[in-house]
Amino acid sequence: MELVCPAGTPAALRVAVEAGADAVYCGFNDETNARNFPGLNFNREELTAGIALAHRRGVKVLVAINTFPRAGAIDLWRRAVDDAVRAGADALILADVGLLDYARRTHPGQRLHVSVQAAAANADSIRFYVETFGVKRVVLPRVLSVPEIAAVTAESGCETEVFVFGGLCVMAEGRCSLSSYATGRSPNMQGACSPASHVNYREERGRMVSRLGEFTINSFAKDEPAAYPTLCKGRFETSQGVGYIFEDPTSLDAATMLPALKEAGVTALKIEGRQRGRAYIESVVQSFRQALTDLDAGLPIETARLAGLTEGQTTTVGAYRKTWR
Amino acid sequence: MSHTRKNGATMQLTLGPVLFNWAPEAWRDFYFRIADEAPVDTVVIGEIVCSKRSPFIADHLPVVVDRLAAAGKQVTLASLILVSLPRERRQMAEMAAAEDAVIEINDLSCLASVANRPHAIGPFVNVYNEATAGFFARRGAVRMCLPPELPLTSVAAIAGALPDVVVEVFAFGKAPLAISARCYHARAHKLSKDSCQFVCDQDPDGMLVKTLDGQDFLAVNGVQTLSHGCVNLIGDIPGLAEAGVRALRLSPQHCDMVAVAEAFRDVLDGRREAAEAERALASLYPGTPFVNGFLHALPGAVHTPVRSAANRGH
Repeated sequence: MELVCPAGTPAALRVAVEAGADAVYCGFNDETNARNFPGLNFNREELTAGIALAHRRGVKVLVAINTFPRAGAIDLWRRAVDDAVRAGADALILADVGLLDYARRTHPGQRLHVSVQAAAANADSIRFYVETFGVKRVVLPRVLSVPEIAAVTAESGCETEVFVFGGLCVMAEGRCSLSSYATGRSPNMQGACSPASHVNYREERGRMVSRLGEFTINSFAKDEPAAYPTLCKGRFETSQGVGYIFEDPTSLDAATMLPALKEAGVTALKIEGRQRGRAYIESVVQSFRQALTDLDAGLPIETARLAGLTEGQTTTVGAYRKTWR
Repeated sequence: MSHTRKNGATMQLTLGPVLFNWAPEAWRDFYFRIADEAPVDTVVIGEIVCSKRSPFIADHLPVVVDRLAAAGKQVTLASLILVSLPRERRQMAEMAAAEDAVIEINDLSCLASVANRPHAIGPFVNVYNEATAGFFARRGAVRMCLPPELPLTSVAAIAGALPDVVVEVFAFGKAPLAISARCYHARAHKLSKDSCQFVCDQDPDGMLVKTLDGQDFLAVNGVQTLSHGCVNLIGDIPGLAEAGVRALRLSPQHCDMVAVAEAFRDVLDGRREAAEAERALASLYPGTPFVNGFLHALPGAVHTPVRSAANRGH
C-alpha cells in the first residue's frame, strides 16, 4: 500500500519525503484547498521546487484543489488546476463536479483523484466519477466500515485511498456546514473548519471556557487539558444530559487496522495533518513506514509509538469498526 | 416595487420532505392537509435522512402521493442524503424504477438512474457555482434547490447563468447542517445505531442541543444535525427575486405549515408586508429564533431582520 503524507510547507514536504512517504499531498496558499490556514501551503514557485525535489527521490506529489469554487470566481480554481498541471503534479485531488469537468476537458492526460470532500461513499457514485471524468482514485469518506471499504473497492474497480491517522471528521466530509453556521467560514467554501480566527478562550468562575464565534464549545476544570474547540468535538447539553454528543476530543489511529485494510484491497493510506509541524510529520511518517515494512514482512504491527502524538491522548478507529456508529 | 412584486408573484413554493421521524399516521395526515389546504406548487416527499425509518411511511406513501397529485401538486420523490448500505442502494434503485416519477437527487450515486429524464437536484448535492450547476443542467436537471450555506451573490451567479433551470433556495425551516454515519440520537440515549429503538421519534422537531452556558444552538435528528435557529427568508424575497430565484423551499417543522405557506404566498403576491408576515410566522413557530445569516454571507446563526417598506429605499 502507498503511504500518502501531508505537506503543509516546503519544509514539511522535505521531511515527509525523507521519512519514507511514497507520495505527499499539498495545496496552494489560498482558498482553493481545504486546509487554508495562515502561514501554510505553497506558492507557485514553491510547488514547482517541491515537486522537483520529490521526483528526484522517486516520491509523487498530489495537489489538493478540493474546496468548492465560489460562484462568479471560478477562474481562481481553474488557474490552480492549470498551474498544478504545469508544475508537474502527479495527480490532482478535486471535489467539485464542475472543476473535475474542467480538468478532464482541459488536461485530458492528467491523473485525477476524487477528494474526500466529494463524499463518494458507494460504488455507484465512484462509478459516476470514473465514467464521467476518468478518475483513477477516490479518497473514501470516513463513514465506511472495513468490510464496506472492501466491497466498494471490489465493485467499483477504482483505486481507493483511506485515512489512517490524524484528525477525524465525524460528519460526512464536504457535507458539513456546522462551522459555517457558527463562524460564517466553511470547509467547503473557505477551506477552514472551526478557524482559529474565530476561537477565543476565557476564564469564567475558575474554568477555562472555549468559544467558537458566539457559541461556547467547551469548558474545562483547572486540571483538565483544554482541547481545541472544533465544533463537533465540543461538549453540549441535551435532554439526555451533558457530554460529547458528537465525538470526544479524539483522533483517528487505524494502525491496528492495516492488515484488514490491505486485505480490503485499499491502494493508499493517507495521513491527515497539513497543519502539523515537521517533528510530528517525521515521527508519524516514519512510524507508518515501519508499520508497512512489518506488515509486508508478516510481522505484528507495533502501535505504541504513535500514542504520544495524538490529540488529547485518546484515539479511535472511527467508522472502520461498525460499532462506532 | 411593482417590478419586484411581479417577480415575486411568479415565484413558486415547494414543500420539502419531512426530515423528522413523525408517527406514520401523523405524517400521512400532515400531507393530506397540505394537499387540501396549502398554497404550494411542488411537494417533495420521501424519507431522506435514515433508511431504517423508510418502512414506516412506505404503506402510506402511495395514497399520500395520489392525494397530493389529485390536488394539483407536482409530486417529487427525494433520494436519501447518504447512500452507503446495500439496502439503501436497493431502495434508491426501486425509487428510480418508477419511470413516470420525478426524482430529486440528494446523492450523486442516484444520478445515473435518472440520466435520461428530467429530474431535480436537491440541497444536499454540492452545487456551489455556475459551472457545476451547468454540468447538472446539461444532464437533465430542470430544478435545483441550492445548498442552504450559499450566500446571495452565489445564488445570483448560478441563477443568472441558468435561466432555463428553476433555481430554488431553502427559505424556511431548521437548516440541515451535517450528515453522518453515526446516529447522535442513539448515542445520546446510550444505544447502538443497530438497536436504536427509534428514539428519534421522541423529538418531532429535533433534539435541542444547548451550549454549556444554556444557549440554544443545534438540533439532532438521528444521523443528521440541523441548526436550532429556523431559516426564514421571508424578508429577503425582493433580493431573491432580483437574483433570479424561481422557487422557495419550506421545510416542514412541527408547526402549522399550511399557515406558513400562506404567509409566504401572501408576501410573494403582495397581499402582506414582509414585516407583518414575519411577526405572524413568529407566533406560528414560537420559541425558535429566525436566522438568515447564510444568505447574507454571515454566520448562519445570525438574523438580519426584515426592513420595513418605509426605509427599503428602492
